[in-house]
Amino acid sequence: MIGVEHYVVVSSILFVLGVLGIFLNRKNVIVILMAIELILLSVNLNLVAFSSFLGDLTGQVFAMFVLTVAAGEAAIGLAILVIYFRRRGTIAVDDVNRMKG
Amino acid sequence: MIQVLTFYLFAGIMIAAGAFTILARNPVHSVLWLIVAFFNAAGLMVLAGAEFIAMLLVIVYVGAVAVLFLFVVMMLDIDFAELRAGFIKNFPLGLAVAIVLLAEIVLGMGAYQAGALQLGTPDGSGATPAGASNIEAIGALLYSKYLFLFEAAGIILLVAMVGAIVLTHRQRGGVRGQNIAQQIARRPEEAVVNAQPEVGKGVSL
Repeated sequence: MIGVEHYVVVSSILFVLGVLGIFLNRKNVIVILMAIELILLSVNLNLVAFSSFLGDLTGQVFAMFVLTVAAGEAAIGLAILVIYFRRRGTIAVDDVNRMKG
Repeated sequence: MIQVLTFYLFAGIMIAAGAFTILARNPVHSVLWLIVAFFNAAGLMVLAGAEFIAMLLVIVYVGAVAVLFLFVVMMLDIDFAELRAGFIKNFPLGLAVAIVLLAEIVLGMGAYQAGALQLGTPDGSGATPAGASNIEAIGALLYSKYLFLFEAAGIILLVAMVGAIVLTHRQRGGVRGQNIAQQIARRPEEAVVNAQPEVGKGVSL
């Protein structure tokens, strides 16, 4: 029988895949943003699984808020990416050193 | 039985699609695999009885975010082969971090099997009302207990929208745009001239 543990295992595997994606594609911001979306998806899956497990809808409401923030983050991130590309002609993260941070 | 089968189907496809998302050579393929991953995650959520979040996931992610990603990937003229340099070099470190994280989660699950911590029980304010559908129950909760958070989410989206427009909007030079004020202020006296040219001579404009 499928229990909440199965959901936790699946979402943790997805979370780890997202982290791995950030490390593997260190230069490509677009894929890094996609990996962040994968991480947020795994968190959402976890929230929904526990909400269903506990019979408490709060988890689903918060999954919706996570979805909202993820959408805003994608929009702003891609907008920054577009203006960065216009200025520099590349999106390699390693070259982001204008602010000497 | 059918639940078990569908769970493993959705979970397997989702994890495979997640792996292909981060490993694909072409970012366009990455976006497409991301869409597959989101779709199957929505399937898993439906299986858990959360239809509303599942449909939201399909509409918001597949309909909006993934298309946004596709637009940006295809709009920017990027040499993606160059960006893949260091992929092999970063592999051991990334794999090590991923394995450590996975080991931590497995450790947590193992400890949970030995007996869960008593974190208290839900106070019942978010409990699913008997007889109400998922979307009804979420709506009732969202518009009462979480009303201010809901409005804050709306403000976040508004700020994100304004921010994205402000960031990407640019004034182009040398463009002859429409000047509405000038158009409206134009009067017949200054726009139309009656002339009676002699035969064989032109008019000077």
